[in-house]
Amino acid sequence: MSVEHGLEGVGRTLDDRLRAAKSVRHLLRKIFPDHWTFLLGEIALYSFIILLLTGTFLTLFFQPSMTEVVYHGSYIHLDGVKMSEAYASTLNISFDVRGGLLMRQIHHWAADLFVAAILAHMLRIFFTGAYRKPREANWLIGLGLFTLALLEGLFGYSLPDDLLSGAGLRITEGVLQSLPIVGTYLAFFLFGGPYPGNDIIPRMYILHVLVIPALLLALITGHLFLMFHQKHTQMPGKGRTDQNVVGAPLYPYFMAKTGAFFFFTFAAVSLASAFAQINPIWLYGPYNPVAISAGSQPDFYMGFLEGSLRIMPAWQTTIWGHTIAWNVFVPGLLPLGLIMTGAAIWPFLERWITGDKREHHVNDRPRNAATRTAIGMAAVSFYGVLWLEGANDVLADHFDVPLYTITWIARFAVILVPWAAYYVTKRICLGLQRKDAHLLEHGIETGIIRQLPNGEFIEETRPVPEEARAVLEYRPEYPALPAGSDAENVPAPRMRGAVGKLRERMYHVVTESVPLPEGNGHGNGHAAIEGNGHDEHPATVGAGASAALPAGDEPPAGGRAETDDQDDQAGL
Amino acid sequence: MSETTGRDLPGEHGQPEQAAGDAAQQADGPVAPHRVIGTPSPAEARVMLPERDQPPARELPADPDDPVVAKKAERVVAVCFVLSMLAGLGFIAAYVIFQVHTISGTRNSNLALGTTMGLAFLFLGIGATIWVRRIMPQVEMTEERKPLASLTEDRAEFAETFREGADASQFAKRPLLRRTLIAATVPVAVAPIILLRDLSPLPGTSLDHTVWRKGMRLIVYGTNRPITAAEFSSPGGMITVAPEGFQDDFDAMAKAAVIIIKFRPGQLFFGPHVRPGGPTREGTVVPNWTVDNIVAYSKICTHVGCPAALYEQTTHHILCPCHQSTFDATRGAEVIFGPATRALPQLPITTDAQGNLVAQGDFNQPVGPSFWERS
Repeated sequence: MSVEHGLEGVGRTLDDRLRAAKSVRHLLRKIFPDHWTFLLGEIALYSFIILLLTGTFLTLFFQPSMTEVVYHGSYIHLDGVKMSEAYASTLNISFDVRGGLLMRQIHHWAADLFVAAILAHMLRIFFTGAYRKPREANWLIGLGLFTLALLEGLFGYSLPDDLLSGAGLRITEGVLQSLPIVGTYLAFFLFGGPYPGNDIIPRMYILHVLVIPALLLALITGHLFLMFHQKHTQMPGKGRTDQNVVGAPLYPYFMAKTGAFFFFTFAAVSLASAFAQINPIWLYGPYNPVAISAGSQPDFYMGFLEGSLRIMPAWQTTIWGHTIAWNVFVPGLLPLGLIMTGAAIWPFLERWITGDKREHHVNDRPRNAATRTAIGMAAVSFYGVLWLEGANDVLADHFDVPLYTITWIARFAVILVPWAAYYVTKRICLGLQRKDAHLLEHGIETGIIRQLPNGEFIEETRPVPEEARAVLEYRPEYPALPAGSDAENVPAPRMRGAVGKLRERMYHVVTESVPLPEGNGHGNGHAAIEGNGHDEHPATVGAGASAALPAGDEPPAGGRAETDDQDDQAGL
Repeated sequence: MSETTGRDLPGEHGQPEQAAGDAAQQADGPVAPHRVIGTPSPAEARVMLPERDQPPARELPADPDDPVVAKKAERVVAVCFVLSMLAGLGFIAAYVIFQVHTISGTRNSNLALGTTMGLAFLFLGIGATIWVRRIMPQVEMTEERKPLASLTEDRAEFAETFREGADASQFAKRPLLRRTLIAATVPVAVAPIILLRDLSPLPGTSLDHTVWRKGMRLIVYGTNRPITAAEFSSPGGMITVAPEGFQDDFDAMAKAAVIIIKFRPGQLFFGPHVRPGGPTREGTVVPNWTVDNIVAYSKICTHVGCPAALYEQTTHHILCPCHQSTFDATRGAEVIFGPATRALPQLPITTDAQGNLVAQGDFNQPVGPSFWERS
């Protein structure tokens, strides 16, 4: 009782000065929908917090200096070796500071987890269509966060000035230098002169511990604020619409769950750091531009860039006394540029193609947006081929395949596999849609065969439970194309011309899907139950070539503010 | 702002709209009390209490769904928290007990600290999760989501306010002010970029040269001793050498590192390139700058500058481990595979009076990766 009394007192004191009771009350009751994939972003957030905490600890001992020292510390195998202060202080953190090695390893594991979680989170957002209106801005912020995370990671693991990361830095310098016109200057300005110079470690240090983290923090704050303000998306289910949020309130449920999840994330990286050694820089030795070891591999998130450098044929042009090193700057810029630009444009492209200007708060199941999922998988396989090629020497070694063979396979695969992935994914998605339609129409198989009095055999089915029906029946609805843009009618003005024709063709590709059984579309048809799975009409599931175009007269459930639609018209 | 309505999860029926109705009904109290015959049951009696004495309807239940399960879970959670606390104490103990400064000591300390820390967090997480899932009553609530666009009148009001402010500022009406303000901010915005000019001296022609000079001795990298052609007599050998006096200068070595390879007579090829379709530019000639079948190549890969350090004796291939550019050491280190476009430049060498290997001069072309200014 006295605790309650005390809290009341604190609350009164604060509220006397802030008038926050009403808004904080709303905050406490804010509803958070639940799905396991919603945890991916949380892993990224918590990894970032772990990175801030452990990183702060490391700065207390790390010396970002390239001054040469002779090492006489606890790691006797390097006794008397000349090295930079940065490398020596990293050895000291590892061997002379209690918990220093643990903090270093947690920092490194958490960094890998951070990027991995961001990647997984991005894929979840893409495949469920959670980037659609009104969340396009947050999608773009996310892309910025991903790019910054890559840069932050590259700078971070280069700081110890060891032989492995030094090779990465040398490659970074080579790629910078290859850029047409500005390359040489960029490389010089970053390194403070010719490579390696004495400035790069302190410069990367301040970028790594202040500038990029500050940007990350600012973007994360914006990211979370927008998520909070726009409310989280939810997965389709019974009672879930674009006009509500179904879930558990922030206080106490989400708070407790997310707190527990922070502990799990921290536990995972702590245990990984206790049992799995990462980045043992004392084995690599201090950096030396003359030395290198075979099988040098960057951290996993740089692998695709490494692979794209390895895959590239030796193309170079010399023109008017200048060298254009296609073999370096194209693979340095193209894959990341292609993926990031594609990802940044896609929400707007999809919106233009489908003409879908509505707000979306219920996520798509990936199978129900077959084309989007197929495009996503094409991008994933493109990234994957490059990533594997980044380890071509390791693959050649482990699988006893000639090194050049692997590179040649990858050179073709990087173009062919994404197409194959697109096609296969699309067929799988449409097949899954067909399976869903079949389930809705015929119900769940029971394995019971019954003979009717007239001798006919029928298979008994069980109706799909209501909860599952709601999930199966949720399909993205696209507005119809402007009237009359088919073969018989004259196209609408907007749909004429090359651009209109292109849009129409893309519309049919993007909206391609298997129609749901007729009269079953909105949760109240129970043909499957009544017909006991013995329907006269087999589902009209065509090959999927004829796109299902839900009629435009079907308004999205619930009313929307008039202003919104008018605005969209104007915006077009 | 937003309305929240509650409903219990276990009853899996009921639309959210109905749930909202139920909640409203509870809040308003019973609509029409049933006629009571005999002694009312305690529950009904409560319903019949006057409205003002009724506590407001709860949106969240106060008690767990299943008290038996909750009781059991409570014990499990408590055990988890105790274990977490013990692990946390273990962490402090491990910090005190396990000393570092040796390799094995560091390993043990890391293992003890990491395990105790991991377990402390793990048990906290497990405990909290069981608490939420087994002890807290399970709820599913629905919150209404309004369209994000503001109401038309709010937008109009905003536009009006904005316009009024703009008018009052006279920003639109006075182009002189506007233009001079913009003119004033441009240099201020550019100034920080100007400030970055001294980050580095300009490249100039520094990438075109290395420190190699005529007569400079090749010294073996590592032992720092000059080498004579006679000392390097076993064919198939490969040594990294440095220009004398620069072996510890990273800036110099990043361009000037050289490998020397000894061949049997007749193995080395000189003259114009004949390999058809080879990546090396046509018309290039492999010069003979060797001494006694010893050839010297730049060690810096022409792709992105890694040390091309792997030499395969049987095939005479020099391989860069970074991106697998492969150079044929017998044919002027021309590229035979990989992303590099140019052969490794050859350092012209000769011998001095004592028989030591010396440079005839600098490389005849820039070493290392391509850059725009390279002709």
